[in-house]
Amino acid sequence: MSQTTLTQNAHAATEPHSLDSLVSDWTTDQEVFKKVQWGKAMMWIFLLSDTFIFSCFLTSYMTVRASTMVAWPNPSEVFALTLFGQNIPLILIAIMTFVLISSSGTMALAVNFGYRRNRRATAALMLATALLGATFVGMQAFEWSKLISEGVRPWGNPWGAPQFGASFFMITGFHGLHVSIGVIYLTTIAIRVLNGVYDRNGKYEVVEIAGLYWHFVDLVWVFIFAFFYLW
Amino acid sequence: MTTYTTIAEDTRPLHHPKTWVGKYVWSQDHKVIAIQYSLTAVGVGLVALVLSGLMRMQLAFPGMLEFITPDAYYQFVTMHGMIMVIYLLTALLLGGFGNYMIPLMIGARDMVFPFVNMLSYWVYLLSVIVLMASFFVPGGPTGAGWTLYPPQAITEGTPGAGWGIIMMLASLAIFIVAFTMGGLNYVTTVLQARTKGMTLMRMPCTIWGIFVATILGLLAFPALFVAAIMMTLDNTIGTSFFMPAIISGGAALDHSGGSPILFQHLFWFFGHPEVYIVALPAFGIVSDLISTHARKNIFGYRMMVWAIIIIGGLSFIVWAHHMYVSGMNPYFGFFFATSTLIIAVPTAIKVYNWVLTLWRGDIHLRVPMLFAIGFIFTFIHGGLTGLFLGNVSVDVPLSDTYFVIGHFHMVMGVSPIMVVFGAIYHWYPKITGRMWNTMLGQAHFWITFLGVYAIYLPMHYLGFLGVPRRYYEMGDTAFLPESVHDANVGITIAALTVGAAQLIFFYNLIYSYFKGPKADPNPWGATTLEWQTPDTPPAHGNWGPELPKVYRWAYDYSVPGAARDFIPQTTPPGPDEKPHEH
Repeated sequence: MSQTTLTQNAHAATEPHSLDSLVSDWTTDQEVFKKVQWGKAMMWIFLLSDTFIFSCFLTSYMTVRASTMVAWPNPSEVFALTLFGQNIPLILIAIMTFVLISSSGTMALAVNFGYRRNRRATAALMLATALLGATFVGMQAFEWSKLISEGVRPWGNPWGAPQFGASFFMITGFHGLHVSIGVIYLTTIAIRVLNGVYDRNGKYEVVEIAGLYWHFVDLVWVFIFAFFYLW
Repeated sequence: MTTYTTIAEDTRPLHHPKTWVGKYVWSQDHKVIAIQYSLTAVGVGLVALVLSGLMRMQLAFPGMLEFITPDAYYQFVTMHGMIMVIYLLTALLLGGFGNYMIPLMIGARDMVFPFVNMLSYWVYLLSVIVLMASFFVPGGPTGAGWTLYPPQAITEGTPGAGWGIIMMLASLAIFIVAFTMGGLNYVTTVLQARTKGMTLMRMPCTIWGIFVATILGLLAFPALFVAAIMMTLDNTIGTSFFMPAIISGGAALDHSGGSPILFQHLFWFFGHPEVYIVALPAFGIVSDLISTHARKNIFGYRMMVWAIIIIGGLSFIVWAHHMYVSGMNPYFGFFFATSTLIIAVPTAIKVYNWVLTLWRGDIHLRVPMLFAIGFIFTFIHGGLTGLFLGNVSVDVPLSDTYFVIGHFHMVMGVSPIMVVFGAIYHWYPKITGRMWNTMLGQAHFWITFLGVYAIYLPMHYLGFLGVPRRYYEMGDTAFLPESVHDANVGITIAALTVGAAQLIFFYNLIYSYFKGPKADPNPWGATTLEWQTPDTPPAHGNWGPELPKVYRWAYDYSVPGAARDFIPQTTPPGPDEKPHEH
């Protein structure tokens, strides 16, 4: 055992930049990612898989948008809102995006305070994150009901290709589901933080794992924002 | 060494149930879950086997069984394909063998999250129940063909276009949830929970195959999941993702502007990696069977591992070779034919290495080895016909003929099943603590091995003649000679014989479980960790108080100067032994 380790180390020392040393770093015994908790590794792998789900949704949406023969409704007109007598394109989406990105900030702070074992600050920041997430979902519900009242349906809309409504409801719905699950998830963990569960078992990484999920949901929104609303 | 301890060494108390129900039903033990997965998969696989027998009856003796109407025939085709590929092979190789072998072969006490692992099985069972329930809904199960292509999958006239297709899509979505829960466990366990000394490059090929296949599954099933959601929406609330403007039954449907080809792209972005989700575990397992029973180290271990990884990577960029005749841009064919043929290189490396492992080995023709060698034959056979179909110009005339049926049954039906049989015979003594009957095992092998050739070789000939697949009956087709019918009768007789011969296998397993002689803890003289457990069958927690330590790779067979012809991975190096350079 130690003999092999020595040989590997000697090997790596002679050729520090070779592909071999990269491989041997990765393939050492017991853990590929040193000191990374199982839950954290598992969350990363899950998020990789989930990335493929959202990629497939977005690619499919772009394919139907590119292949449909009917004009695509103009997002900046569809998603405009009249505020104070002014017609402002994409204003609601801009606010929603701002809210969600801000929630990533509070989440990052929560993780930081978690590792400092600051129970109250961690829980408060997580609840703030969940609240911002809930606000996002609320605004999304408003957006949905506005579009529905204007006649947008999954099978058609007044302005053009029926795939517009279909893609919109499917993709934002699936993302909104992720945010809603995240709100429940964060609230649960925040209550456990407040009850001192992680002070007792020392597993504050649970906060970080929840944070990974939350940042992922935010990141996906950035892509949806770019590909659906800005295109 | 450092004093750093890893999480795997944390002696957290395992979940120790007291009751029978806790031990064998709601069990969190990876071994029990593996057996639950395997029994469910084999059970549902038997349904698919019976369906294939019924299809063969119709093809050889049209009209003899009156309940096989054209609709029923399409439903049998669909359910047979879907069950075999997903609910049998994927579930058995990953949920069954993956669950059983990963913790044992890498020296862990269990999967990293046993509770999630248990959920994975019960959700899988739910998906199977939903699938089976579709036999009993109005209109029966879907008859859209296992590829479920729209628009026909959801238009009037296709059997099961109402309930059946929704049940199928729901079942698939549930299966994917189950697979994800299991798959996350397998990958994390392999990455983070190996025992001391078990480096990645000391893992047996079995684990490499299962590991890479699981990663493929986690990245490929999302495409099917998305396709299932979109088709469900098309079918239920009237979206038009996959549905173009279409006239059905004389009336225009309320759909327009969708892209049927998009479904094919999504389906095959899942469907092609799926081939390797099934094949890679089989590749890995067969490498270990061959090495163990030939008493020789696997030839080119490092290359074998890299070949598995490269095949896994390439499998994501070949999907459209299933779509040469779909109407996609013909220029795509050039790219996908090239990438398809490149996959032949790492695959051929593997085949050469299996054969070179056998070369001048001390070959013991025990039943698992018979199946392993049988696999090499069927796999080379199916692989070579794959080269035909990978080329656009050769594929176009052969598309949708029995040549395709012959090809994919040889390469991803028969070949993985040969390995599954070999693996069951190989590990049965460890799993049950009993030994099976050799004579029955040999009879099972020879009937199966010769039988599958009797079934699938003539299909290639039928394909060259132009016999189309999925046809309920040929009718009066002037271009087909009489011999087609004779061949169909022969194929059916062979298929029914092989199907019936599986009874020998089940009899052998069940009888031996109760009455078989006690098995040696390591009957084959194998080096890998699962044979070094303190108990046979391994107890809950696998290893007793101490985790095993690994000192060498998994293939120290017939080492010159060693006392026996194998050195277990747990044996420390001798005083003047040089560590193996591989």
